[in-house]
Amino acid sequence: MNNSIMNGKARISDTVIRIMIYISAGFSVILLIGIIGYVFIKGIGSVNLQFLTTVTSTLKKTVGIAGNIVNTLYIIVITLLIATPVGIGSAIYLNEYAKPGKLVRAIEFTTETLSGIPSIIFGLFGMVFFGNVMGFGYSILTGSLTLTIMVLPLITRNTQEALKTVPDSYRSGALGMGATKWYMIRTILLPSAMPGIITGVILAIGRIVGESAALLFTAGSGYLLPKSGMGFLTKIMESGGTLTIQLYLSMAKAEYSTAFGIAVVLLVIVLFINFLTKYLAKKFDVSKVD
Amino acid sequence: MENQQTFSIIGNKRNKSAVEKAAQGIFTLCALIAILAVVSITLYMIMNGTPALFRVGIKEILFGTQWKPTAENPSYGILYVILTSIVGTTLAVLLGVPIGLLTAVFLAETAPKKLAAVVKPAVELLAGIPSVIYGLLGLMILNPLMYKLELALFKGSETHQFTGGANLLSAVLVLAIMILPTVINISESALRAVPASLKSASLALGASKIQTIFKVIIPAAKSGIITAIVLGVGRAIGEAMAITLVSGSSVNMPLPFNSVRFLTTAIVAEMGYAAGLHRQVLFTIGLVLFAFIMIINISLTRILKKGDKKHE
Repeated sequence: MNNSIMNGKARISDTVIRIMIYISAGFSVILLIGIIGYVFIKGIGSVNLQFLTTVTSTLKKTVGIAGNIVNTLYIIVITLLIATPVGIGSAIYLNEYAKPGKLVRAIEFTTETLSGIPSIIFGLFGMVFFGNVMGFGYSILTGSLTLTIMVLPLITRNTQEALKTVPDSYRSGALGMGATKWYMIRTILLPSAMPGIITGVILAIGRIVGESAALLFTAGSGYLLPKSGMGFLTKIMESGGTLTIQLYLSMAKAEYSTAFGIAVVLLVIVLFINFLTKYLAKKFDVSKVD
Repeated sequence: MENQQTFSIIGNKRNKSAVEKAAQGIFTLCALIAILAVVSITLYMIMNGTPALFRVGIKEILFGTQWKPTAENPSYGILYVILTSIVGTTLAVLLGVPIGLLTAVFLAETAPKKLAAVVKPAVELLAGIPSVIYGLLGLMILNPLMYKLELALFKGSETHQFTGGANLLSAVLVLAIMILPTVINISESALRAVPASLKSASLALGASKIQTIFKVIIPAAKSGIITAIVLGVGRAIGEAMAITLVSGSSVNMPLPFNSVRFLTTAIVAEMGYAAGLHRQVLFTIGLVLFAFIMIINISLTRILKKGDKKHE
């Protein structure tokens, strides 16, 4: 009767496995704390006003990442200007217009495929297609167009999820009162789906900020600020390295203090984006509205 | 009278139906862009990746072990590069999946609410950290550790080329960490999707909680867990920037302490200065990577379809 459950003893193998489960779960937490702690300790020293607001100058022997911050913003804005409408449009088609069939399956399969293609492949494609064939060269525009294809699935899928949660009674209500389909989508569906769309856009921003392999051979590595006036527009056709690219280049040149400084800035942005998505998800959570 | 007609639904019908048609057309176009993108990526990868295969010879490229693209008598064998990606990804998955699966079990089954509220956000944040930062930390923390290990292991060895710690093993560790969030998230939702009745039945029969998890819940969530593993493989084989500097800078056989090049890192490291045939061969490497990814994607859809059918 030694192994009867009536003794109330835990099996040894159960205890061992339970300990392994806790160790595995603890690993992620320790890893995260370690990464954030290490980066901040190593990098916080290089982050100051000059680092954030000036451009690296060999003459004055100062290091600054203002140009890279501006490039990152350029790429975020241009990418989203193209990817958001297309992604939303695609989701509306899939959810509101399309009838199940070969076309829908093809669109869903390709959207799935796009989100599985590694960024280095997007980089190669962008370099050849947007850079050489379309003739944009190494430029912010080439980089943005490449990233547009990359973040498209993210926006499409989030919008689609949001549209699915809009009750059918909204649709029939609007149509029953005589609204046309487009009017119904514009005034009823899109506002109701807005939280999901915004979440998709913010996730896309996070992806763009962290992206590097797809940008290395498309947007290049320029680190200068745009010249004033028309310079803000012509900058789009010039090469511009984002924060991640600059981090990689600094790392490759063994300028580790700059690299860690940029890593601190990137981590702060990532933490902020994560917080923002959490906040929005909580604020717009339909299941908790009474 | 005229004013009234402007507002009549009959007067507006033609305008409205034009707007309706336009809207539908635009949305359809938007949806077709995904297809267009995948088709053109496939075409361009094939167009740019195949010329080198014919100029150098399929056998010489895919099964050659000499990678000397800039030598006077250049040779373009990428067998070791392909093997490195396969071996590296396999090892990373073997390391990462057990840890990831156990963490998923923790989150879905055994965790007290308070602890889950710490672990879950931590995993989400790990997924958001840019890959270059993983690379930076690998270079600054893992490589020196590996170098110490290397010095201790190969003390006095004359055949071993010292790498300063930038070797296959370092890259595998970085990759294993980077696939964790993917594996954890997908397997957690798979575990949660298992019907509660299965769990209750097993517990009612006297199985312990751990027995229930490993003999009932995990087998029931099999297809979701396989999906998690396949996605992890895709993530590991496609990762570039995190391991470019961590894995070393020369093409070698994929042994743990050798400096190696992966499919991805070979492209990143050499595309900047490559020209002519060298550049074309780099595109061939890209094509090989693309082929791997497409195989993974297609098997993924197969698995998902099978899982769907079972539930019907």
